[in-house]
Amino acid sequence: MNEVACNAAPAPAMRGPNDYKSDVKPVWCPGCGDFGVVNALAKAMAKMALEPKDVAVVSGIGCSSRIPAYMASYGFHGVHGRALAAGTGLKVARPDLTVIVTGGDGDGYSIGGNHFLHACRRNVDMTYIVMDNRVYGMTKGQPSPTTEPDWDSKLSPDGTGLREFQPLVIALTSGANFIARGFTGDPNGLAEIIEQAVRHPGFSFVEVLSPCVTFRPEQKEWKKIVKADALKPTADMTRAARRLLRDTGFELGVLYAGERPPYAPRGPRALRTPSELEARFAL
Amino acid sequence: MKKTKLPRTVEEFMAYAWAMEVEASDRYAELADLMGTHHNREVADLFAKLARIEGKHRDQIAAQMGWTKAPDAAVFRWETPEGPETTDYGDLHYLMQPWHALKLAEHNERRAVEFFERFAAARVPADVRAAALEMAGEEREHVRLIGEWLAKVPPPEPGWDEDMDPPAVAD
Amino acid sequence: MQSARSVSVVLAGSGGAGVMTAGNMLLEAAAHAGYYALMTRSSGPQIRGGEAAAMLRIACEPIECMEDEFQVLAAVDWENVQRFNAEIPLGDSSLIVGDPDQGNPPDVFLKSGAARASLPLKKIAKSVPEGRANMVLLGALAALLGLPDDAVARAVERTLGKRPAALAPSLAAVAAGRAAAAGIAVRFPLSPPPATRAPRWLLTGNEAAGYGAIKGGVRFVAAYPITPATELLEWMAPALAQVGGTLVQAEDELASVNMAIGGSYGGVPSLTATSGPGLSLMVEALGLAVAAEIPIVVVDVMRVGPSTGIPTKSEQGDLNIAVHGLHGDAPHLVLAPNSVADCLGTTQWAVQLAEALQTPAIVLSDQFLGQARSVVDRPEDFPGGCSRVTAGAGTPGYKRYAVTESGVSPMAIPGSAGLAYTADGLEHAERGTPSSQASDHFAQLDKRRRKLTAHDYGARWADVEGEPAADCAIVTFGSCTGPVREGLALAAPDGVKARLISLRLLAPLPALQLLAALEGVQRVLVIEQNQSAQLYKYLRAECDLPGRATSLHRPGALQFSPGEIRRHLLEWSRA
Repeated sequence: MNEVACNAAPAPAMRGPNDYKSDVKPVWCPGCGDFGVVNALAKAMAKMALEPKDVAVVSGIGCSSRIPAYMASYGFHGVHGRALAAGTGLKVARPDLTVIVTGGDGDGYSIGGNHFLHACRRNVDMTYIVMDNRVYGMTKGQPSPTTEPDWDSKLSPDGTGLREFQPLVIALTSGANFIARGFTGDPNGLAEIIEQAVRHPGFSFVEVLSPCVTFRPEQKEWKKIVKADALKPTADMTRAARRLLRDTGFELGVLYAGERPPYAPRGPRALRTPSELEARFAL
Repeated sequence: MKKTKLPRTVEEFMAYAWAMEVEASDRYAELADLMGTHHNREVADLFAKLARIEGKHRDQIAAQMGWTKAPDAAVFRWETPEGPETTDYGDLHYLMQPWHALKLAEHNERRAVEFFERFAAARVPADVRAAALEMAGEEREHVRLIGEWLAKVPPPEPGWDEDMDPPAVAD
Repeated sequence: MQSARSVSVVLAGSGGAGVMTAGNMLLEAAAHAGYYALMTRSSGPQIRGGEAAAMLRIACEPIECMEDEFQVLAAVDWENVQRFNAEIPLGDSSLIVGDPDQGNPPDVFLKSGAARASLPLKKIAKSVPEGRANMVLLGALAALLGLPDDAVARAVERTLGKRPAALAPSLAAVAAGRAAAAGIAVRFPLSPPPATRAPRWLLTGNEAAGYGAIKGGVRFVAAYPITPATELLEWMAPALAQVGGTLVQAEDELASVNMAIGGSYGGVPSLTATSGPGLSLMVEALGLAVAAEIPIVVVDVMRVGPSTGIPTKSEQGDLNIAVHGLHGDAPHLVLAPNSVADCLGTTQWAVQLAEALQTPAIVLSDQFLGQARSVVDRPEDFPGGCSRVTAGAGTPGYKRYAVTESGVSPMAIPGSAGLAYTADGLEHAERGTPSSQASDHFAQLDKRRRKLTAHDYGARWADVEGEPAADCAIVTFGSCTGPVREGLALAAPDGVKARLISLRLLAPLPALQLLAALEGVQRVLVIEQNQSAQLYKYLRAECDLPGRATSLHRPGALQFSPGEIRRHLLEWSRA
């Protein structure tokens, strides 16, 4: 790997949240919950005094997946559904970076569902923030895995009739080491959750209720329904699982903060030069 | 006041007031930007103006207290999701009119009055109470000013949020 | 008895008989004796216990393909061995060696007119404490070929090194087999090996590719198992750790390619390996790597397609998807190694090119090259190191996708201050911000193409050999090169003279170099192993081949043989 000199920057002054936002203007609809995530993410990064150069925000495709460009850190806007894979590769290849993977419910739970399961069980030390608005916004309003079964749309008239995907249940049973739910209407609370998620070792999953004012205007009511601090962190999976049995989907807070050691590639690390590998071929 | 710690000194109290203005001003500026992106120039300008007004309040507080650097804002936790003068992202609409924006501002100023009045009514030292009453008075004046402003702005016609075109598709 | 410069032998039998192990030992014994050798394998569909055949060719010169006939077919038993009939052509001078207690050899083999010899392998094995029939067979074959004792013993010791208890009985069984073979009149003695020996290696193409990747600078691999690419990944797992790299097993090919892209975005040269079905899944992400200009290498060890096809057999059917599979205008690199040893150099080159040009490179290996175990001269060294152009921290006004003369823009590596940008599959302006402007699209498309077409690929774009003055030329690639080269040599006594061009760089097609190499040629024959003449059509689409251009193509499962090529060349030269 090519070493890049990066000691030229002067010692940074204390950065405020705005220093973590880029000068690219979001294309999101006014009223969109995702603005709250940018706000919360910037606050969390400022609170942790992260160097923007040492943070990478990785995403797939969808409205919320536009977020990397809006942050002042390094960004990766990849293909639909594969953000966790790209984030995993980046973090494993560059363990020194803080990797934050972002995206929406369609990207993460539908097309990227398999990666979600395996990212949870692989437990790489990174944070996954899903902005869940229960709809495909960028393609103009089709049901996603978290959409209510009776939500009427052009592609699924009279609803899908399908049970909603349960992100927290899946995360818990698949092995995520930190599981929380936040709400974009409470960016300060969300910032605290994100900070805990980033600090927690292993794979941290933050499901964020992020209303879509354009295709799901009824979600404006979410701010009246959510229950702040209703989830209390536990390291006990059984307790967390029991808590989920009476989950309504609107309780906010940290559900689970586990103690599983993060993924670390195995194998001998005795360093050799590539040419020394030739010995195994030589006759 | 469940989460907000009661201030014990005027210094602490004014730090709260300062933080409130900072958050409100930053948010108005952000909203001005995003309305600009959506070509709602009128409302963008209005939010920008509100951002400047709140910014002025912020600077007045700092000057009054003789602060040369920002007070430690990390100690706050608003009882509401955000500061009492901060506009909720979710309350925006791309076709909103100045009237809507002023209504939001009025709502924010009212919450600010309430916020300071509650401090004044709480068990705080006398000098903090006096400061809280003064701030509440100022915010009440803001409510009145915005009220006057609102009276000059036409209320929206029914159907103001109708758009004959469907949403655009991006990625 | 006349000695031969090349002898081909098959060891067959049911699972549990250990014919693969014996075959490997015979290969190693030949290597220790100073010969070149090549071994391919075939087995039934059973995971364990199925019929299996180890096919070897041992020669005095370097070899890159099997021969048209096997001189010896030796089996521990004949259970379903006839299924390999097409892969084991025999002639009337061949010899079939079998255990009389295991019944008669199948008719399909007998009708070749081959001689027969009986060896009671199992009985002999029983006469040796803990002896095994496959070791008896190994000893017998070593005797028939005239391989020295010490070479065989070394091979047995190397294989059983970790199980010393099995060593003495195995050597005893080998000796018993050698003794029993004294009764067989037909022999196939090899000519003496070359007197001066260059350093030689024993390896598969998959291993060579893995080593080439590491030499090229790869330090991150994301892996999803698939036949016949798995061994490449398995070889790399420990090797990579030893040079300070990392391998992650992914949940699927969509993940493995995206992980590799993520790792490379982080500044670490990255690779994944797969076969056709996996490549199909990776194609979308390859487009991302093109657009976001992130170097990665995908080694596609081609197998018979479409769909699941024949996973254990070779075909050159993925050329189309490798060159044309990406949507949009997505210029990228496609390279093909043309021998087991060349898997090393070509993969190394692919890494270096991908890094230098910030684009994905597909290496089209195939099942034959990947899985053939081969004794080769130590491949020549190519300069190492990788050459990604990176931006220095704090570069003022940094633009990730700056339109430069070469088309290559310095890449910012996360961790570098003042260069933060978003890598994007959305079309973008120079800064990296999304853009739907036609002007940005033109400029970025153009730079992405220019950096590939303007690059100086040097002399490695192809191996150009044969008669330079000939007015005929053969163009081929990959594992066809071995049989074509040998077939051309076989046809030479009949007056066939041709230039031979084996393309290593397939995309961007080095059309100018190719046409220069074809200068003055009246006839061109394009040889490849697929049903639809993919290379032929590609060449004709990309450049005006001189004179009369025709195609020799047939699908895979069976490799071309030198004799088959010779027959075609004779027809071609008369046509």
